[in-house]
Amino acid sequence: MSATTSPQTPASPLHIALVGNPNCGKTSLFNQLTGSRQKVANYAGVTVERKEGFFTTPNGRAIRVLDLPGAYSLDSTSPDEDVTRDVCLGCHRTEPRPEMLVAVISATNLRLHLRFLLELKQLGLPVIVALNMMDEARRHGLQIDAAGLQADLGMPIVPVVSLNRAGVMPLLQRLDLSLPAPPVPLPAGLDPHMEVRRLLATYVVDPAAGTDRLTDRLDRVFLHPVWGPIILLIVLFVMFQTVFAWAQPLMDGLGSGISIFGEIVLKPVPGGVLHSLLADGVLAGAGTVIVFLPQILILFLWILALEESGYLPRAAFLLDRLMALAGLSGRSFIPLLSSFACAIPGIMAARTIQNPRDRLVTILIAPLMTCSARLPVYTLLIGAFVPHRSVLGIFGLQGLVLFGLYAVAIVSGVIAARIMTRGVKSEEHPLLLELPSYRRPNLRSLALGLWQRAVMFLSRVGTIIVSLNVLLWALSSFPLPPAGAPGPAIDYSLAGRIGHLMQWVFAPIGFNWQICVSLIPGLAAREVAVSSLATVYAIGATDEGAADRLLPLLSTQWSMATAFSLLAWYVYAPQCISTLAVMRRETGSIKTVLWAAAYLFGLAYLAAFLTYHITRVLTGAA
Amino acid sequence: MRLSRTEDGACERPPHHRGTELMLYLDTLPKGGHAVIEKVEQRAPLDPIATRLGELGFVPGEAVQVVATGPMGKDPIAVRLGTSRFALRRGEAARVGLRTVS
Repeated sequence: MSATTSPQTPASPLHIALVGNPNCGKTSLFNQLTGSRQKVANYAGVTVERKEGFFTTPNGRAIRVLDLPGAYSLDSTSPDEDVTRDVCLGCHRTEPRPEMLVAVISATNLRLHLRFLLELKQLGLPVIVALNMMDEARRHGLQIDAAGLQADLGMPIVPVVSLNRAGVMPLLQRLDLSLPAPPVPLPAGLDPHMEVRRLLATYVVDPAAGTDRLTDRLDRVFLHPVWGPIILLIVLFVMFQTVFAWAQPLMDGLGSGISIFGEIVLKPVPGGVLHSLLADGVLAGAGTVIVFLPQILILFLWILALEESGYLPRAAFLLDRLMALAGLSGRSFIPLLSSFACAIPGIMAARTIQNPRDRLVTILIAPLMTCSARLPVYTLLIGAFVPHRSVLGIFGLQGLVLFGLYAVAIVSGVIAARIMTRGVKSEEHPLLLELPSYRRPNLRSLALGLWQRAVMFLSRVGTIIVSLNVLLWALSSFPLPPAGAPGPAIDYSLAGRIGHLMQWVFAPIGFNWQICVSLIPGLAAREVAVSSLATVYAIGATDEGAADRLLPLLSTQWSMATAFSLLAWYVYAPQCISTLAVMRRETGSIKTVLWAAAYLFGLAYLAAFLTYHITRVLTGAA
Repeated sequence: MRLSRTEDGACERPPHHRGTELMLYLDTLPKGGHAVIEKVEQRAPLDPIATRLGELGFVPGEAVQVVATGPMGKDPIAVRLGTSRFALRRGEAARVGLRTVS
């Protein structure tokens, strides 16, 4: 099939694909070509991001462009590269073969990128070569005879600078011309490395051997065995300080904004079921979603900037040994650390992990990292049951218990990851990470990246969270209690009945029916469990001081074994529908989500069971 | 500096002799050391890591330099290969046989 003869009507846009090595500047070229006219989704059935965009050339030719995942070779080693290979060969299940490839190569890394280009030559597809980062190459004193290289390769080469609109004009103008003929494949048996060496020797004048002195100098500091980790610690500290400290006022502001908005909008709605649905179901659900946004955006601003600047792979390098203890690589560190704020941005941050197995394991253990929503529950129970006294004169016992809960969660996460990665020797687990040259992050790319995360979260995850919230609201509200019934309304609802039924499952771990009932609305968000406990104990959940009034009540009504069992439960239980929703979105597999929920519930039940019975024995209750 | 690897696989891969010299491997090249790649060894038939090393440009005749070692156990190592830089775990680097340049 020859694409040169395929009919071009205005109605059917030209279908091209961008192909290239990782770090060739392919994504910034894609952003520059398409602007915000992009669709980001996953390829069917795999956790590989699919980016498609549309643009029009100066002469009005409509073009549909697919940004294929970065690859070092068509002889793939990962699902990302599988997609690139299958699309290029035209054997992808859902993706048609593009009519032409735009191969993006970086002038600063020709030896690596030309080799892949020679592989693309074998495909029999028309190829235009976008020779990117020409500005940088010139700064390094690199001279490339593009015309000679073009004639030798048999593929048109256009120099581009993907950082600005003017820099991509040569490519846009070339796309207005007719498609080039597919290049002639290399003769069989020719070693591509020798061919690359010949091309470089013939067409590249390279006085300083193309060395990036700045990157060398920066690496001497950033990868230094002592300074490197210290700088990384400072970066991480500032990063999480901003995620917590900057996000909190925004989250509080958004939270009160939504409740004020709710009051104004719902004022004309009469009290009753409709009012309750809108206020406690829809608005509360939307509030949950929107409140996550500041944290996600601030965290992603950091991650995108660190990734673009080239520092993120260095952080992975410094942390690799540490993460190898869990059978993972350095790339998993930041997503897991983020999960201490909230598992949702953490799971979304797992996108930066290229290795698909590592990515999946990181997503699966992210909920074990103690998120900030668990703190209200921990604080309540520790305050009620752990005596306020000091240990060894300097440590508070309550603080030690809290520390212990975090430590147990981390150790469990490492063990769980180890089990999930078993059978893979850490030595054989490939790192093989490219450390690209340092560059200044491009503001346009950062803004586009943040915008995509926000839209993706609000549209895809947000809708699931809001619908599940409405469902939980319905479960907790219906059927309505009979008029004049004593006891809290939730006790008469479906959730109340389910809670009572759950008791025979949860009695062995010491949960009473009040806990079981409060677990159901607590699925909406972990901290909701505190207010729903207050509801069940009929002391008014909306009250600001609900936790303060719950505290003495719980310490008299619950046994210590029950309280500790609930703490152990909270360390593990996937008590958060939003986390499961984002997991579904990121892995694209409901099976993975069910598996994750099952293993976390299993762990939670086991831990609570052991805690309950050991505490009973220790406190002499058994 | 060790010139041959003895702690693993000593029986399946005896020290390789080139003339009177022992073969040096990339994982034992000290920080700052320059060398030229002699060969990339397959640890298994169709060893995917060896294949990938080749695709990344670890091929005989290319010059390499170790630019950094990890802060814990000097693992992984950062290697400069022409204009690109890669982080490799020692197990991966142990596949790359070198000849030193003075």
